[in-house]
Amino acid sequence: MTTVINFLCAAVLAGTPFLFGTVGEIITERSGNLNLGVEGMMFMGGVAGIAGAYFYEQSTANPIGWVAAIIAVVCAFVCAALGALVYSFLTVTLRANQNVTGLSLTIFGTGFGNFFGEVLGNKAGGYVVVTSQTKEAFSVGIPGLSNIPVVGKLLFSYNFLVYLGILIAVLAAIYFSKTRSGLNLRAVGESPATADAAGINVTKMKYLATCIGGGICGIGGMYIVMVTCSGVWVHNCVNGYGWIAVALVIFATWSPRRALIGSFVFGGLSVLRYYLHLGLNMAQSQMYDVLPYIVTVIVLIVTGIRQSREHAQPASCGLNYFREER
Amino acid sequence: MDKAYKHHEEPLMRITARSDMPAGKAWIIRVLAIVFALVVGGLVILSLGHNPFSVYADMLRGSLATKTARVETVKIAVPLLGTALAITPAFKMKFWNIGAEGQIMAGAIAASYFALYWYKVLPGPLLILVMLIAGAVAGGIWGVIPAIFKAKWGVNETLFTLMFNYIIIGFEKYLQNGPWIKEGTTYPKIDMFDQAARLPKVLGVHVGWIAVLVLTVVMFFYLKYTKQGYEISVVGESVRTAQYAGMNVKKVIIRTMIISGVISGIVGFLIVSGADYTLNENTSGGIGFTAISVAWLARLNPFVMIFISAFLAILSKGSNTIQTDFKIPASAAGVLTGIILLCMLGGEFFVNYKLIFRHKKHAELPKGGEEA
Repeated sequence: MTTVINFLCAAVLAGTPFLFGTVGEIITERSGNLNLGVEGMMFMGGVAGIAGAYFYEQSTANPIGWVAAIIAVVCAFVCAALGALVYSFLTVTLRANQNVTGLSLTIFGTGFGNFFGEVLGNKAGGYVVVTSQTKEAFSVGIPGLSNIPVVGKLLFSYNFLVYLGILIAVLAAIYFSKTRSGLNLRAVGESPATADAAGINVTKMKYLATCIGGGICGIGGMYIVMVTCSGVWVHNCVNGYGWIAVALVIFATWSPRRALIGSFVFGGLSVLRYYLHLGLNMAQSQMYDVLPYIVTVIVLIVTGIRQSREHAQPASCGLNYFREER
Repeated sequence: MDKAYKHHEEPLMRITARSDMPAGKAWIIRVLAIVFALVVGGLVILSLGHNPFSVYADMLRGSLATKTARVETVKIAVPLLGTALAITPAFKMKFWNIGAEGQIMAGAIAASYFALYWYKVLPGPLLILVMLIAGAVAGGIWGVIPAIFKAKWGVNETLFTLMFNYIIIGFEKYLQNGPWIKEGTTYPKIDMFDQAARLPKVLGVHVGWIAVLVLTVVMFFYLKYTKQGYEISVVGESVRTAQYAGMNVKKVIIRTMIISGVISGIVGFLIVSGADYTLNENTSGGIGFTAISVAWLARLNPFVMIFISAFLAILSKGSNTIQTDFKIPASAAGVLTGIILLCMLGGEFFVNYKLIFRHKKHAELPKGGEEA
């Protein structure tokens, strides 16, 4: 029983960076922008988050953990959103190819994260690490409620970012299905020309969705640095998480609700082998780590063959809209 | 509504597509984009408290000044150019193959198999030949699977090829940690290749550099002057036109991706047999992704790719030098490459489109407009 509960908790903790990346990318792709820069934006968010927290700690005598945590979230969001802004400017305004721009953003962001992570480390004398108060703020569950047996551990023991991620996913789901603006955004992603004719500001929608989506991805990167790596900048720490998030968008078939399930299932898959005691050796566990990608390929094939319109990629995804090109 | 309409009635500036820019002027814009990127990069260097000019000069010195440096730079450029060439036919067909990374790895694994287990059986030149063929076949297989699914069922190739990268890299890690692990080491790694499995050198660099230069010429002619190259362009421009003209689109997609995968697989063979003499999870090391930018920025022109891949190789090698000389982290290469790629992508806008300002339009109206 305890093992099961421990496993479920570990799955949620491991799935949360996927959740941020996936929901961020869903919002982006819903506007018709296939931003392959998720990995890069996660790096940017990660390094900006730890830099923000670190500089705050250095600036005061008695740093408060919660303040550092909030600064980290804001810095991560803003920095990654700036990366997404560059992407939007190039693809929406300057009409550059989306695939190539996204890949370039990943190259840039990966370099950016590792470069400034190392510069920061040199400055801090070796490697950069946040204070224990800040680490505490990133690991503590909901006070009081988390002490309830079983339920407390299962539902209330997580750090605040887990709840923030779930909240964002739920809000995004409501936004897409229940608000006028959300429906407009979906229209932009499906057929920008129709949306344009209906009086929707396509450019504004694309910019906003891509930047907000990118910022959310950035929080996922910061989660990796602050929670997974416990507040230390580790070289190449994002290490493919962004690409899994891109894959999870398909797994979730562009729905934030299914992104919740998908992220935690993938989180579970990535930690399952520590709980199953399969007796895997090093080599077998490497093969095991490939499982999420194989699952994604199968999902891709099934959705591709079924050609279901409800569960398909937004129709204009990957294509730029140019009003005069009709 | 009326007010808003009036406001938009005469925009300050409008954008039109153009295709009339002379090639020389277009290249001036591209060079300006690189200069702009170097200025932005210089500002980053300046913010770290270094003189950008001396850092850039050091990069050039570190990558080109001595023979050893030049050899290393060419070694970086060879797989980059080869992979860019591999991607080109697929991209020309608008098949977004971002799986070159995995196709390189597939080729490298297959070539390594023969290098590790057949070097005693096969005589030298034959061993190399078998490795080459194995690499090409494995790369081709890894490339054609997504193509078949795309051609038959319309499965999204961008994400399919992307996932295939991680699957094959995971498979490599499996080999490295288990079946192919070097005996008697604590750290899981694969043994170095026997001398017989290593490519010979010409002018200090493995013969791969000649191969990719030949391939550059071949690819140029293949795309420009052969029937197959023509079919690729037509499918890329409009699938319906291709169908109307009686082309078998599925066949073109599958055939082109075999070519793309085969070349990537050969690049994988060149890396393990010519440069690294072993296999590890970083054998493809992001080359598949960077090469996409190389191919695209060269506008899929093979000859231009030579310069762009050389340029990125200089950046990459130079960044190692500035790490030792200035204590600037070598990740600077990623930052600078990213800035340059993004600026060049932005620069293409000014080649393909023209901005027309309001007052300018008025002035030119009497002449009867400028768009023909």
